[in-house]
Amino acid sequence: MDGLSVDKIHVWRGERHLLRGVSFALAPGQLLEVRGPNGAGKSTLLRAACGLTRPEQGEVRWGGKPIAAVRQEFLAQLAYAAHEPALKGDMTALENLHFAVSLRRRADAAELEACLERTGVGSCAELATRLLSAGQRRRVALARVLALRAPLWLLDEPFANLDAVGSAMLAAILREHVTGGGAALVVAHHDLAVGIEAGRLELAP
Amino acid sequence: MWTWFYRLASPPYVYGLAAALLPWLLGSAALAIGAGLVGGLVVAPPDYQQGDAFRIIYVHVPGAFLSLMVYCIMAAAGAIGLIWRIKMGHAVAAASAPVGTSFTLIALVTGSLWGKPMWGTYWAWDPRLTSELILLFLYVGIMSLRSAFEDSQRGDRAAALLGIVGVINVPIIHFSVQWWNSLHQGPTIAKIGAPSMPGSMLWPLLSMLLGFALFFGAVLCMRLKGEILIRERQSTWVREAVGS
Amino acid sequence: MTVTTSQGIAAGSSPGDAVGAIGAAAAIMRRELSLSFRRPEHLVQPLVFFLIITTLFPLGLSLQLSQLRDMAPGVLWGAALLSSLLSLDALFKSDADDGTLEQLALSGQGLTVIVIAKTVAHWLVTGAALVLASPLVATALDIPASAFALMMSSLVLGTLTLSWLGAIGAALTVGLKRGNVLISLIVLPLAMPLLIFGASATERAISGTSAAGPLYLLAALCVLATTLAPFAASAALKISLD
Repeated sequence: MDGLSVDKIHVWRGERHLLRGVSFALAPGQLLEVRGPNGAGKSTLLRAACGLTRPEQGEVRWGGKPIAAVRQEFLAQLAYAAHEPALKGDMTALENLHFAVSLRRRADAAELEACLERTGVGSCAELATRLLSAGQRRRVALARVLALRAPLWLLDEPFANLDAVGSAMLAAILREHVTGGGAALVVAHHDLAVGIEAGRLELAP
Repeated sequence: MWTWFYRLASPPYVYGLAAALLPWLLGSAALAIGAGLVGGLVVAPPDYQQGDAFRIIYVHVPGAFLSLMVYCIMAAAGAIGLIWRIKMGHAVAAASAPVGTSFTLIALVTGSLWGKPMWGTYWAWDPRLTSELILLFLYVGIMSLRSAFEDSQRGDRAAALLGIVGVINVPIIHFSVQWWNSLHQGPTIAKIGAPSMPGSMLWPLLSMLLGFALFFGAVLCMRLKGEILIRERQSTWVREAVGS
Repeated sequence: MTVTTSQGIAAGSSPGDAVGAIGAAAAIMRRELSLSFRRPEHLVQPLVFFLIITTLFPLGLSLQLSQLRDMAPGVLWGAALLSSLLSLDALFKSDADDGTLEQLALSGQGLTVIVIAKTVAHWLVTGAALVLASPLVATALDIPASAFALMMSSLVLGTLTLSWLGAIGAALTVGLKRGNVLISLIVLPLAMPLLIFGASATERAISGTSAAGPLYLLAALCVLATTLAPFAASAALKISLD
């Protein structure tokens, strides 16, 4: 996996100068927490890092090259989980995962079911996601992140709606991912307690 | 020369340029329009077929020509703003849109008034009139789209994209009288070879065209100044210029 | 089978596994169609609207049967355009609302492929349905059966072009709250030539003269839209996602 580096980016939302010269680097095997009060631009930072939002100034680089130049490669190695679980309510959990994976490679149903088991919603595989609770939807979204097999994870408040068991599960998954050579950028409002050293990026409003 | 282009991306420079050009554009527009009106309404002889009714051409043709020209300017400025992310492009596009709409209305209304004596009807669904009407709707659509967004940056970009998509209408309007058998008369000035109008009728028309174009330039400068002040109101130079 | 991410990093996806544009487009179309059929009430609405409008005009104008045939092409085409417009709002909106549009944008497949797949799927369930329903409506408007083939060909071209134009309009307005009205304002001016040529082709089909001219023009517009609209719509989506 190459490294992600964000170099002095400035992002405006309408009239507000939201991100002012933010920089960081994320190498394989690193976990970076993004902290800050509401409205500080944490979600915007994640969106800029994955290329959804183009910064007015500054650059986001993957493996030393601007992400616009290596878009295909970059996206193939990226899994983004937004604040919303981003699931189609009329499709089952398994169908949601199947679709997401099938855009990148041939999907294997057994593997997808295993991912759902890992995040604790194996029993919901055949349920339409609109029938699931917020916590269950979050777990399905996390199962999707697992299923994509991407080395770089950009997670926006992944602990939201998770109970204590769920939070422990997610912490374990993060630990495995990072110690296994992946990288993760996580927006959170509390200490992650993942059990490994994590860098911290504070955003001021 | 490239430094001049770079400076065009700077709001205070463009503001100063617009302020400086405004009186000259306004003055020369007044002269050109004045000369054109005198020449067209007084000096030029009445048309042997239409009598004095043809004189509406001195407002109609410049209006129609400007409606197309302003659309092209607006689309180009929007494209510059969209592709190269130069904010002044969006400012010019936003400033030009209402003016272009007005010219389109002038063309449609004067054309309609002219249609009554010439064709016997205020409106006909022929290609040129219909495509000019489409142009009006395009202008309105672009302005509505821009103002529908709370985030003005997104509104600018969306409006710029729509402007580019609508450019396809411009050649349709222009060539419609050649491509289809239409009620509307053929091109007046731009025919290869001699234009079909005698000189005494032609020069006031050219003068009015020039005058309308200069007038657009003047109005653009006025509106652009206002646009820049609104868009840059957070910056220091505006606060100093307006006075705290 | 335990799933660990290190497995994924080491193994990755072999090049043979990679999904090409066609495969992705097929997957997206399958998803769109299955989602549409899970909400059949949404599918039926444009059709019902089509039927209602085409009965409104003759009722309102209280025409003799002989006059009906004169108005028929215009009424048919106007109704087809308006009915197609109804459902255009939904092209990207549902995905934008639940966040799946962003996931699509980040899937690595490119927005253009996504736009093409979604628009074609959308046309299949709206425009194509209208074309299939058109003989029924045409009979009610006293259009002779001999004109059906040409009428339906012109409707296929017209509704497809409208779907492409609608994709641009939907992509531009996807983030807006009252986007519906704005889409019509954006799309209808661009769609007016469709109405003109389509109605003209149908009229000529009824009267028996050659409809080749308007049909060719419709086809030209369709080709133009098919080649250019996906790029415009994906640029518009990029702006909306920003």
